Amino acid sequence: MSTGALDVKDPEKHAASAPPAAGREPPEWKYYSKCIHCGLCLNACPTYRVLGVEMDSPRGRIYQMIQVERGRLPVGEAYVRHIDLCLNCRACETACPSGVEYGRLVEAARSEIERLYKRPYLSRWARKMFLEQLLPHPHRLEAAGRLLRAFQRSGLERAVLASRLLKIVPGRMDAIARLAPRMEKPFFTARLGQTVPAQGRQRYRVALFAGCIANLAFAGVNEATVRVLTRQGCEVIIPKTQGCCGALHVHAGLRDVARQLAQANITAFAQAPVDAIITNAAGCGAVLKEYPMLFERVGAEWHEPAEKFSARVRDVTEFLAAIDDNHAFAPLKARATYQDPCHLLHAQRVREAPRQLLAAIPGLELVELKETEICCGSAGIYNVTQNAMAEALLQAKMRRIDETGADIILTANPGCLLQLRAGIAQSQRTGRRVMHVVELLDQVSRQPGRSPTTK
Amino acid sequence: MNPPPLVRDLIRATSRQAVLWRKEDLLLYEYDALSALRQPEAVVFPTSTQEVVRVIRVAARHGLPVIPRGAGTGLSGGATVAERGIVVGFSRMNKMIEIDLENQRARVQPGVVNLDLSAAVSDAGYYFAPDPSSQKACTVGGNVAENSGGPHTLAYGVTTNHVLGLEVVLPDGNVVHTGAKFWDRPGYDLTGLLVGSEGTLGIVTEITVRLSRLPEAVNTLVAIYDRVSDATQTVAAITARGITPAALEMMDGFTLRAVEAATHAGYPTDSAAVLLIEVEGLREAVEEQTKTIEAVCREHSAREIRRARSAEERALLWKGRKNAFGALGRIAPNYYVQDGVIPRTRLPEMLEYTAEVEKKYGLRIGNIFHAGDGNLHPLIMFDARDPSQCDRVSRAAKDLMVKCVEMGGSITGEHGVGVEKNELMPLLFSDDDLAMLRRIKEVFNPSGLLNPGKVLPTGKICGELRVLASVGA
Repeated sequence: MSTGALDVKDPEKHAASAPPAAGREPPEWKYYSKCIHCGLCLNACPTYRVLGVEMDSPRGRIYQMIQVERGRLPVGEAYVRHIDLCLNCRACETACPSGVEYGRLVEAARSEIERLYKRPYLSRWARKMFLEQLLPHPHRLEAAGRLLRAFQRSGLERAVLASRLLKIVPGRMDAIARLAPRMEKPFFTARLGQTVPAQGRQRYRVALFAGCIANLAFAGVNEATVRVLTRQGCEVIIPKTQGCCGALHVHAGLRDVARQLAQANITAFAQAPVDAIITNAAGCGAVLKEYPMLFERVGAEWHEPAEKFSARVRDVTEFLAAIDDNHAFAPLKARATYQDPCHLLHAQRVREAPRQLLAAIPGLELVELKETEICCGSAGIYNVTQNAMAEALLQAKMRRIDETGADIILTANPGCLLQLRAGIAQSQRTGRRVMHVVELLDQVSRQPGRSPTTK
Repeated sequence: MNPPPLVRDLIRATSRQAVLWRKEDLLLYEYDALSALRQPEAVVFPTSTQEVVRVIRVAARHGLPVIPRGAGTGLSGGATVAERGIVVGFSRMNKMIEIDLENQRARVQPGVVNLDLSAAVSDAGYYFAPDPSSQKACTVGGNVAENSGGPHTLAYGVTTNHVLGLEVVLPDGNVVHTGAKFWDRPGYDLTGLLVGSEGTLGIVTEITVRLSRLPEAVNTLVAIYDRVSDATQTVAAITARGITPAALEMMDGFTLRAVEAATHAGYPTDSAAVLLIEVEGLREAVEEQTKTIEAVCREHSAREIRRARSAEERALLWKGRKNAFGALGRIAPNYYVQDGVIPRTRLPEMLEYTAEVEKKYGLRIGNIFHAGDGNLHPLIMFDARDPSQCDRVSRAAKDLMVKCVEMGGSITGEHGVGVEKNELMPLLFSDDDLAMLRRIKEVFNPSGLLNPGKVLPTGKICGELRVLASVGA
């Protein structure tokens, strides 16, 4: 029989056992019992499309979580492998007729894996260094960024990549090293704490969520965001004490670290009354909008502040498309296509806003990308941790992009930018650019009135 | 842990990456969209007809049944393991081998996803007509096995009307070809026999399908009613006027409210029922038929008739309809969807009977019909944590099926028989009829190793719907 048939036996055992032992945040019956195992998610799942096995489908992953909860499946190598291989792109949520919140489930499953499963030493060490010792600490991150920038600019990086050095290292270091983001100069970190006045008449006051690595590797995108916003009459506040959003930590099951980061951001943005908290990173935006979920079972006193914070978060495209019509863009003759970032399309359900903005650029021919709802393989640090799958997805994506004949490939998330740039770098076709939507808007948005005015 | 001999043989027949045999993997092949039954001894993913042949031979050597599986979206348990056996998964045999637009046909492997096939030819103005609600995930191979239908069955027929020829692997490993690339090949219509045989006569490895032209014009209407009986009477009245809409669907108010909450397609939540009507064809004809249909709806007290104004609106209405089962999954812990057929003129009577069944067993039943062709999908809501409810659901479902047969209908319109309804087959077929079916099965499948326990009654449980008894996860 349909629905829940697979998980109906004795659900009280799990439901009634709530709340679980302190700190435990396993997948909950009230969420996974919504899955009616109809399978409509299968062809929407990037990993199922590549591998064709149930274990790597959303339905199958939920089934495995249920079996773990029931004690029919151990939290062992196989289970961890399949849950790890999930991109958390949440395309299955868009496909699901029953409203299963898959992202919530897989994040819960990963927190249980963190608690119960001992990863191999090297993997544990790398995760700890990157996710716990580096990302949450802006100063360390900046120092690391400076080192990497020096390495990249000295020509050493190119020499190493050109040499066969990395080919002899086990794993896929060679492919992975090519994914390292280019450190920009200057870093956006100098901007933290500033307030940038609106150009022309001030209509809105917004706060910019600047990100962590984005400050170093996507400083240009952040600057473009500030310019576009101020030209649209926004005063842009860039709170000083903000930091990493914690998305990677939530995805990795490190909920305590994520909570600390969330608390810091909620505090940092609580100071100034603003119309919106703007992010240009879809991955960050998704978790920023879901901060309340982090405080459902732990730290309940933060739930309300989190809700207040999240209610104000807007993706930059979402915000720009929603404000009073003021999109007098300069013409641009080009053919472009747009790849939906999964965390914008599936997690935040923002589909039309970027298309509306792009359609408002005179002369721009926007060719719809087939399979735009399928992940490009970036998925945070997935292209590093699961390089082979990420590469397979990128190849499929590039074939579709090639079909469009577009010269400008647009997206709205730093991770996707990196991945797609890697894609065109490998491609035979030259002269193509990968840009954030807001970078293109920056190019075509005119300055209002005369010179920038100070308020 | 070393693989057992069966697995070593399967790996030799295919490749190491093609075989699953560890306990934790087999666990994931105990279910399909209906329910969970038993785990297979192994799962194998062939990539070519030759590999399927070798797999079949390995299975025969080991005396193990073979269970073909597409995407596992079936609703009669066709892809589950009834006893034991090897699941042959077709997810990696998903190439479109040849698309021949000039002759309106395509040759595809069984694992091609239904909607992917349509998407591949839509730019050129074609599509693959069978449109089951699971079409974004289900495979053409699965459609062939179950002879799947969909809302547009009314005008375009079911899968068998769109299959020209098949390549089939028989249990002895021989490969035969049925049908042709064109209609009406002389001799027995083996293609017709194989389509809908649920994997019990042969393993299909290649399908030549007919592609249909996208219509020049489409109108999608929603007729809204305050009384269910007005809606059901409209159905027969429309066809009585000599119009066959492309689709003629009905949803009752209970279902609508769930659909609307899930999809926000714009269905009125305060109504008793709606008809979703689609008319396709040449622009002038479509306009004329639409006006006639609107008039008929008004004659039958439709409160309001809306037309989809854009392709997006149309798509949204259909998304609501196609996600309806899932939408109901949101409002009760469990549901059991039935699939029966009656003559469409008896819809009003059937709905009254359904209401009686609801009362008799104290269960809530949502009604979704492919009303135009009398294909019913009553959705019985329940909570499986309560065993007494499970028992009532089973009896209610059987009552509905018996009534369908009494009215001159059938126990399945499109979901197939599978492990769910094989014991109900004697309701429809006499002993002689069943004996004929058995003889045919023996011609193709003398060893009985192809998808055993499906379609024909096993005689182990008498005259029951098997499904609720076999939920075993």
